[in-house]
Amino acid sequence: MENALKVKDLSAWFGEHQVLKNIAMDIRRNSVTSVMGPSGCGKSTFIRCLNRMHDLTPGFRVSGDVLFDGRNIYSEKIDPVLLRRKVGMVFQQPNPFPRMSAFENVAVGLKFNGKKRSRSEMAEVVEKSLRMAALWDELKDHLDRPGTSLSGGQQQRLCIARALAVEPEVLLMDEPCSALDPVSTAKIEELIEDLSDKYTIVVVTHNMQQAGRISDFVAFFLLGDLVEMDRAAKIFTNPADKRTEEYITGRFG
Amino acid sequence: MGEPGGGIANGILGTLTIAGLAMAGGIPLAVMSGIYLAEYGRGKFASIVRFAVDMLAGVPSIIMGIFGYVFWVLPMKRFSAWAGAAALAMIFIPVVVRTTEEMLRTVPQSVREAALALGIERWKTTLFITVRTATAGIVTGILLAMARIVGETAPLLFTALGNQFWQSGLDQPIAAIPLQVFNYAISPYDDWHDKAWAGAVVLIGMVLLISAGARYFTRVKK
Ligand SMILES: Nc1ncnc2c1ncn2[C@@H]1O[C@H](COP(=O)(O)OP(=O)(O)OP(=O)(O)O)[C@@H](O)[C@H]1O
Ligand SMILES: [Mg+2]
Repeated sequence: MENALKVKDLSAWFGEHQVLKNIAMDIRRNSVTSVMGPSGCGKSTFIRCLNRMHDLTPGFRVSGDVLFDGRNIYSEKIDPVLLRRKVGMVFQQPNPFPRMSAFENVAVGLKFNGKKRSRSEMAEVVEKSLRMAALWDELKDHLDRPGTSLSGGQQQRLCIARALAVEPEVLLMDEPCSALDPVSTAKIEELIEDLSDKYTIVVVTHNMQQAGRISDFVAFFLLGDLVEMDRAAKIFTNPADKRTEEYITGRFG
Repeated sequence: MGEPGGGIANGILGTLTIAGLAMAGGIPLAVMSGIYLAEYGRGKFASIVRFAVDMLAGVPSIIMGIFGYVFWVLPMKRFSAWAGAAALAMIFIPVVVRTTEEMLRTVPQSVREAALALGIERWKTTLFITVRTATAGIVTGILLAMARIVGETAPLLFTALGNQFWQSGLDQPIAAIPLQVFNYAISPYDDWHDKAWAGAVVLIGMVLLISAGARYFTRVKK
């Protein structure tokens, strides 16, 4: 199947406040899709709908379908815990688990998701994940350091490694670089491009240049509407909607 | 001269016994309640529990002793270590429930979200990640509550009663340092007064030791 996720007529509310309005979107497998738009337009709300991260938020409600592997993730037959192992997430602020070493941080998802693994199998997965997150060389001799003692950029790559260790198919990233310096940002961008060979990536960003560099597709949101979505090159050179053009040329928001 | 012999060794053992019993029963109950209130307690039942815990925390310790007397000593027809431990547990539990709840609330929401996003079940997240993050604080709270109950006298007056001799069973009256300090101190004899002072010193030593332990837990593991 060429779409990893298919969003149909998705609306979302916090209490009475409607935050997403009838969103329809196909997210292509093994591609990078950027979600852009002014602050408060619902980008975070949208990507958190894709792995049911809102489940515990009081007053939150959705309608519509999000199809993953052809099945609606909001149907009663879907176990959100299993879903989140397939659709992982990286947050805006790096959030390694306090009081766990770097190694434990990466291993933790495997440790608690049922299957028993030997110490050496664990070590293998941790190494593989850290290599994918481009952190292995820096960290291989310091795996017992607390995860929170790393630099901000390293912490974010650690969080990416942690998410990759449970072998998801989709990786959702909510402004993963906004707390990082330019060098760390460049590393994460490079990482996103590499990962897109094997993973479907949806990334929220405020940074137009960044979206241009890393994305295959760009979705532009405004006040809870999906204004348009297209190939990145098309959006940045010849957007169909006037509001998109205003936004990318900086005449808006 | 009051009488030859005497001493507080039996009191030390008695205090350790009663406090140990109170904690063995109180810690699991209190920590689980604290976890419930912090992580799951949104509804009406939770506010009732929270209110009950606050009430309990405000009850003067002499009243706990009277409760112990009415609900344990009278039905069992004897003063006992059990009754003393129950009275102390009633003081210990609300303190530990509240510190556990507060410590868990200091764990940032981002920690729970990170675990959730990895596909870790909620109960595993709570037990193995959230509680682990707050362990130092919870242990400190337990130790400080322990320091408080080893020094309590009033709840033991009508429950453990005290005992001049070595304890002979948990269903029998049992000695405790605070009771001995009290009894020796109100006696007319100088040498008994000395023993009261000795008991006081031992008690202070115990409390210091426990508080040092609490400090150790907050300091070492950052
Ligand atoms: N937990 C919540 N409870 C109530 N309202 C919320 C909650 N989270 C978000 N909202 C509201 O939903 C709307 C969209 O928020 P969202 O966080 O999705 O925006 P965003 O596009 O990610 O913005 P930013 O670029 O600033 O991160 C906002 O009006 C916000 O106030
Ligand atoms: Mg956001």
